[in-house]
Amino acid sequence: MFSHVLLKVSSDRLWSFSSTASVAARSYSHGKQETDEEFDARWVTYFNKPDIDAWELRKGMNTLIGYDLVPEPKILEAALRACRRLNDLASAIRILEAVKDKSGPHKEIYPYVLQELRPTLSELGIPTPEELGIDKA
Amino acid sequence: QHTLEGNRDHTAVIHICLSIYLDRYFQTLYSSLTVVVLVHLSSDVDVIDCSVPQYNNRLDTPLPDVPFVRNLSSEQKKLKEKEKGSWTQLTKEEKLALYRLTHELSYAEMRQGSKEWMTVLGGVFIFLGFTGLLVWWQRVYVYGDVPHTLSQESVAQQTQRMIDMRVNPVHGFSNKWDYEKKQWK
Repeated sequence: MFSHVLLKVSSDRLWSFSSTASVAARSYSHGKQETDEEFDARWVTYFNKPDIDAWELRKGMNTLIGYDLVPEPKILEAALRACRRLNDLASAIRILEAVKDKSGPHKEIYPYVLQELRPTLSELGIPTPEELGIDKA
Repeated sequence: QHTLEGNRDHTAVIHICLSIYLDRYFQTLYSSLTVVVLVHLSSDVDVIDCSVPQYNNRLDTPLPDVPFVRNLSSEQKKLKEKEKGSWTQLTKEEKLALYRLTHELSYAEMRQGSKEWMTVLGGVFIFLGFTGLLVWWQRVYVYGDVPHTLSQESVAQQTQRMIDMRVNPVHGFSNKWDYEKKQWK
């Protein structure tokens, strides 16, 4: 009998909780939509992990490239620094290639990204695919 | 009786010898065949171990699971050690070598097509042409004569009859015949 009363009380609570929560959310999805800044921040934090391992770098990069977007330069900078911590130059160059490929027909994205990343590239000594000549088959 | 038994012994001996010989022959043949097959298998085909992650060239997977070159020579190992230091110390060739150790094909190489389509199209046309020759031969040597109703004279007679019958007089056949002037319009 006691437990029956408890159940009733808790179900009343659930009712009121759901009615207030729906006000904050948008109506086209049942959860809160992540903003671009939140998305970027999340990925920068991911790559900035000091003891990131090679698998996490690969997984993160492959997942990021799978999204329908070109990653922001700040995410890419974090990824390149992760490559440096892992002593993996080849992956750093590959990331730049992937960004260019991901831009597709929008040819102005890649030069912009390179321009933003130029300080990091010079500091770490990462060559662009063009400098190595692998941008042409 | 002696000779009969002797013969029987002889044939038995021959029989046994023959069976042993044949058995040995087939044994060696089989073993040599299997050796040949085994050698063939091990030398021509590179068996891929599908139970471990493999390297792959994919545009949507920039960083493959394993590097392309797994077994490094001593020079390559030295280069890998140098990679642990500052990358500004590496020459362009060394950087390129490091890239090629980990990746087989660059993005540009992955994206480039081949001229295979020309070969395929050419092959298709060759075979179509050959088929055309066969069809031509068939037309000449296999098919019999065409019906006599298709001769010039017969067609003329048919056409005259169609005009006389007033076939399609409104918009079609007879419409195009001028009945006064007795000629086509």
